[in-house]
Amino acid sequence: MAKAQVIKLRDFGDEKLLELSKNGLLSLTLHEMKAIQKYFLKAGRDPTDLELEMIAQTWSEHCFHKTFKSKIQFTEVSDSGSASTTEISSLFSLIREATEKLKKKWCISVFKDNAGIIEFDRDYCVCFKVETHNHPSALEPYGGAGTGIGGVIRDILGAGLGAKPILNTDIFCFGPMDTPQENLEEGIFHPRRLFRGVVAGVRDYGNRMGIPTANGAILFDPGYLYNILVYCGTVGIMPKWAVEKKVRPGDLIVVIGGKTGRDGIHGATFSSASLEKDIPTSVVQIGNPIVEKKVLDALMTARDKKLYSAITDCGAGGLSSAVGELAKDCGAEVHLDLVPLKYEGLEPWEIWVSESQERMVLAVRAEKFDGLKRILESEDVEYACIGRFNSTKKIRIFHYKEIVGDLDLHWLFEKTQLPELKAFYEKRQLVDTVPSNLDFQDCLVNLLADPVIASKEVVVRQYDHEVQAHTVMKPFLGTDGKGPSDAVVLTPLYGSNRAIVVGCGINPWYGLLDPYYMAGNCIDEALRNVVACGGDPSRTAILDNFCWGKCDDPLELGKLVRCVRGCRDFAIGYSVPFISGKDSLNNFFTRDDGSIVSIPGTLLISAISVIDDARKTVSSDFKDAGNLIYVVGSTSDELGGSRLFKLLNIEAGRCPVPHPDINLSVMKKMHLAIKNGLVQSCHDCSEGGIGVAISEMMIGSGFGAELYLQRIPATTRKDVSLLFSESQGRFIVEVDEANVDEFERIFKGLPCLCAGRVIPDFRLKVISGDKTLVDVEGEIITQKWSGAITW
Amino acid sequence: MVRILILRTAGTNCDLETEWACKLAGANPVRIHINEITSGREKILDFDVLLIPGGFSYGDDLGAGKVLANELILKCGEQIERFAEKKRPIIGICNGFQVLVKAGLLPVWKRRAATLVWNDSGRFEDRWVYLRVEKSISPFFYNLPEIIRMPVAHAEGKFVLRSETALKKIKRNKQIVLKYVDLSGEAGGYPCNPNGSVDGIAGVCNETGLIVGMMPHPERAVLEIHTPDWHRRPAQGEFSFGYQFFKNVIKYCS
Repeated sequence: MAKAQVIKLRDFGDEKLLELSKNGLLSLTLHEMKAIQKYFLKAGRDPTDLELEMIAQTWSEHCFHKTFKSKIQFTEVSDSGSASTTEISSLFSLIREATEKLKKKWCISVFKDNAGIIEFDRDYCVCFKVETHNHPSALEPYGGAGTGIGGVIRDILGAGLGAKPILNTDIFCFGPMDTPQENLEEGIFHPRRLFRGVVAGVRDYGNRMGIPTANGAILFDPGYLYNILVYCGTVGIMPKWAVEKKVRPGDLIVVIGGKTGRDGIHGATFSSASLEKDIPTSVVQIGNPIVEKKVLDALMTARDKKLYSAITDCGAGGLSSAVGELAKDCGAEVHLDLVPLKYEGLEPWEIWVSESQERMVLAVRAEKFDGLKRILESEDVEYACIGRFNSTKKIRIFHYKEIVGDLDLHWLFEKTQLPELKAFYEKRQLVDTVPSNLDFQDCLVNLLADPVIASKEVVVRQYDHEVQAHTVMKPFLGTDGKGPSDAVVLTPLYGSNRAIVVGCGINPWYGLLDPYYMAGNCIDEALRNVVACGGDPSRTAILDNFCWGKCDDPLELGKLVRCVRGCRDFAIGYSVPFISGKDSLNNFFTRDDGSIVSIPGTLLISAISVIDDARKTVSSDFKDAGNLIYVVGSTSDELGGSRLFKLLNIEAGRCPVPHPDINLSVMKKMHLAIKNGLVQSCHDCSEGGIGVAISEMMIGSGFGAELYLQRIPATTRKDVSLLFSESQGRFIVEVDEANVDEFERIFKGLPCLCAGRVIPDFRLKVISGDKTLVDVEGEIITQKWSGAITW
Repeated sequence: MVRILILRTAGTNCDLETEWACKLAGANPVRIHINEITSGREKILDFDVLLIPGGFSYGDDLGAGKVLANELILKCGEQIERFAEKKRPIIGICNGFQVLVKAGLLPVWKRRAATLVWNDSGRFEDRWVYLRVEKSISPFFYNLPEIIRMPVAHAEGKFVLRSETALKKIKRNKQIVLKYVDLSGEAGGYPCNPNGSVDGIAGVCNETGLIVGMMPHPERAVLEIHTPDWHRRPAQGEFSFGYQFFKNVIKYCS
C-alpha cells in the first residue's frame, strides 16, 4: 500500500527549496516555498508530500489568481513622454469596481460562486461562466478541449445548488491553417491538427451532454502558433431558491460521478506555467461525457428534492480544491481510502489532487443521505461518503487511519504570500495610415474569404445547436441556412417566450495597438451582438476572460493592467456589470534557443441579456427588395488593427476608439426600434467593416444591396475608411419604407442615415459619388465567404 | 388521457423536449429510466405509447443505439412483443430510431433487414432538411403537407438495407414514411440528403405501420419559432409540423 512521504525541507536553503518546487512540478516561487518552510518550522514537523501538493495547488496561479489579487506598481508613459506611477490595489478590485458602482439589482450573485448569476424572471435565474483550457488543448487537442467543456459544465452544475445547463459557447484561437509545417518548432502540432482535434473534442462532449453549442468565434493569428486558446462557456438556469449554498459542520462529504485515477495530476500547477517540450501528457484529464450526463440527471432530481445543502465541482486541483473550498470557513476530515478509484496503486497525494473528470462534491445532512443514495443508484451514478465537515478550521486527511495531511485552513487560504508586482506601459503613438489606390472590389472579396471573417459553418454544424428545443435564433439563418446570426437566442422555459440572448466580443489585433481600447471595443462588440438581435443593453451582463503571456515580465503585465483599466472604464461607460471572469496567464512558449514567445494579450467579453419576448427579435438577413438600408453609428478613419490592414500587412494605424456615451444611446434606441417592430433586419458591423456586414446580410436572403458610401454618417469622407474601417457602435439596419418616419424619429440627434436599398438582383453595388467601387455578384460573395474554411 | 412512456437511460438527451411536445399535443407523458423497467417497478404495458427519444444512449460506444437495443430485447423482449401485439405504437426518434433498427424491430419485425451507419460526410451534422411525407401504411402522417421541414442532428443516420429485395419489399409495403428531398420535393444529393441514406429514406415503419422510426426531430419543430427562418415570414400561427405528428399519434390512441 502506498504511503505518504515526509519531505524534510525545514533545513533546506533557497536553492534546494527552488529545486524541490521545480522537480516536483509545484510551480511555487522561492517566496512561497519560504512561507511553507516557516509554517512547518512553527508546526515543529516536516510536511508530507500530500500537504505540499495541496499548498501548491491552492496557491497556484490557476486556482488562486495571484496576479489578479496582488498589489501592482504601475508606471505609464504617455504619448508626450511623461511617466507617472500609480499603485493599484489589485486588478481584481478594478473589475469589481465597475460592478459595485453600477449596482444593478438584477445581479443576484457576482464573483463569489462558480458562475455569475442574474435574474431571469420572477422565479428563475440564469448563470454564466466561461473558462479556458489552453495548455491541455495544446498538448492533447481532443481530450483537452473535451474536458474544457466538461469542466465549465460542472461549474454550472456547482453554481448555487446547481443549475441546468442550457447553452455552451466556444471561442478558439489558432495559428494560421496554411502555416508550413517546417516553420514550426519540434513537438508543436500543426494548427490544422489542433483545429480538428479541438472542434471534435468540444463536439463530442457537448453533443453527448445534450447541451446546445450555439455561440462562439474562431480566430487565426501567428501569435497562437505555440499557445492556442480554447475558451468554453456554459449558461445554466436555476430556480431562485437554489442560488444559496451553505455547508454546516456535521454535513457528510459525498463525492459523486467519476472514479479517481492518475489522469490530470498537476493540472492546476502545470497550467500555471509556460508550455515546454516534454511535458508529460498525464497532466491532461480523460473525459467521459456520459458519466457527466448521468451526474447531471441525478443532480437535478436531488436538488429539487433538497437532498444536499452545498455543492461544488472537482476541477483544477481535484478533491483538494473542491473539499478545501467548501471547508474553508469550517473544517473537514477526509478519508482518502474511501474514494472510489479507477485502479489500485495511487499514492495518497495523487488521490487528493488528481483531476479525474466528472466528479462533484456535495455537503449532505446525514438524515438526507439515504434519499440521495436512492436517486444516485437509480441513475447508475457512483458515489462515496469520504468524510465530514466540522468546525475545527483545519483540514485533516487520513489514508487507512494514518494521518497524511493536517493544515490550517485560514493560513492556507488567507495567508498566501502575495508578491508585489511591477508593471510598465508605454503608450504607442497611433498614426493615421490610410492607403490609397486600392482595388476595393478585390479587397472586399478577399476579406470575405479571410478565415477570421469567413463562415464557420463547417464547424458549427458539427455541434448540436438545437437540442433541448430552446434555440429560436440559430447560428445560421436565412433561406438556405447559410447566413450568420449575431448572437443566439434561447427560450429556456418550455411554454414561455421569455428569452436570453448571448453574444461575444474578441479582437486581439486592437490590443497590439492599445489594450485599453481593445477592452472597450470588445465590450462594445459583445453588446452590439446582443442588441442587434433585440437584446436590451440595460439588461445585459458581461464576463471577462483574459488570456495573457508571460506576466512576470513588467511589459506584459503593463499591457494587462491597461486592458483591465479599459474593462473597468468601459463597463462603467456602457453601464454593463461584470458578473464573472477568469484569467489564464503564462500563455507563452520557451523555444529551443531560450527565446520566449507570448501570445497577443487576448480578452474575451461574453454578454448575456434577457429578452421579454423572443418573437420580438430580428435576424440579420435582408427580408425584401425595396426596403431601405440605414447605417447607424459613426464611421471614422480607424483602420488600425482592421482585417483590411491585416490583408495589406500594415501594422500601424489608429485602432477604433469606442464612445460609450453615443454608442450606448444608439444601442438603447436600437432596442426600442426593434421592440416596436420598425426593423426588418439588423446586423452588427465589426471585422471587415460595412462592406463585409452588408455582404453577410445578403448571403442569408438571396437579395442584393446598393450602398451609397458618401451617405453614411462619418467623420471622414475617405472611401477606404467608409468601407473598411472598424469603428465601434455601428449597425446596418433594413427598414420598410412605411416605417421610415418613426424609425428616423427614434434616432433623432444620433448618427443614423439612409445609405442604400435592398435590390432584387443578387449583387452588391457600392457607389461613391459617380464612381462604382464594387459591383459583385452574390454568388461570388457566398462562395468566398462560405467556402474559405474547410474541414 | 393517452399515456406515453418516454424511455430514457444514461446518455438520453432529448427526453425533456419530447415530454413537453407530448404534453402540448394533449398527452400525459412520463419519463422513465430503463432501470425502472428492468427492475419491474414500472411496466411498459401500463402505457399506450412507447417512445424512445434522441440522445447518445450509453455514449453510442458500441455503435449508435446498440447497447440500449440489446437491453430492450434481452431484458424487456417479452413486454415489447405483447405491447406490439396489442397494436400500441412504438416510436423512435433519432437515437430511438437507431435503437429500434438495431433491436430488429424495424423495418421488419425480428429481422435484421436494415441498419443505420455513419453519415457519408463522416461527421455529426445538425441541419434543417426538407422531407416528403410518403404515402405509407403508418397512421401518424396525415394532416401534413406533402413537403415539411424538420432538423436532423446525428452522426450515424445513413439508412441502408441488407439487400435490394429488402428495399423493394418495404417500398411495396409502403413502409417508407419520410424521405429527404429538396425544396421542390425532388430527391437530391448532399446536403438535401444529409447522410447519404439509400433512396433518401429518413423514416420507416414496420409491417403494421405502428412501429415507426425517423432520424429527423419532430420535437424540435413543434413551434413556428423553432424553424430557422421564421423571421422571414409573417406569423403563420403558433405551431409547426412536429406538433401535428404528436397530435396524430395521440389521436390514433384515443
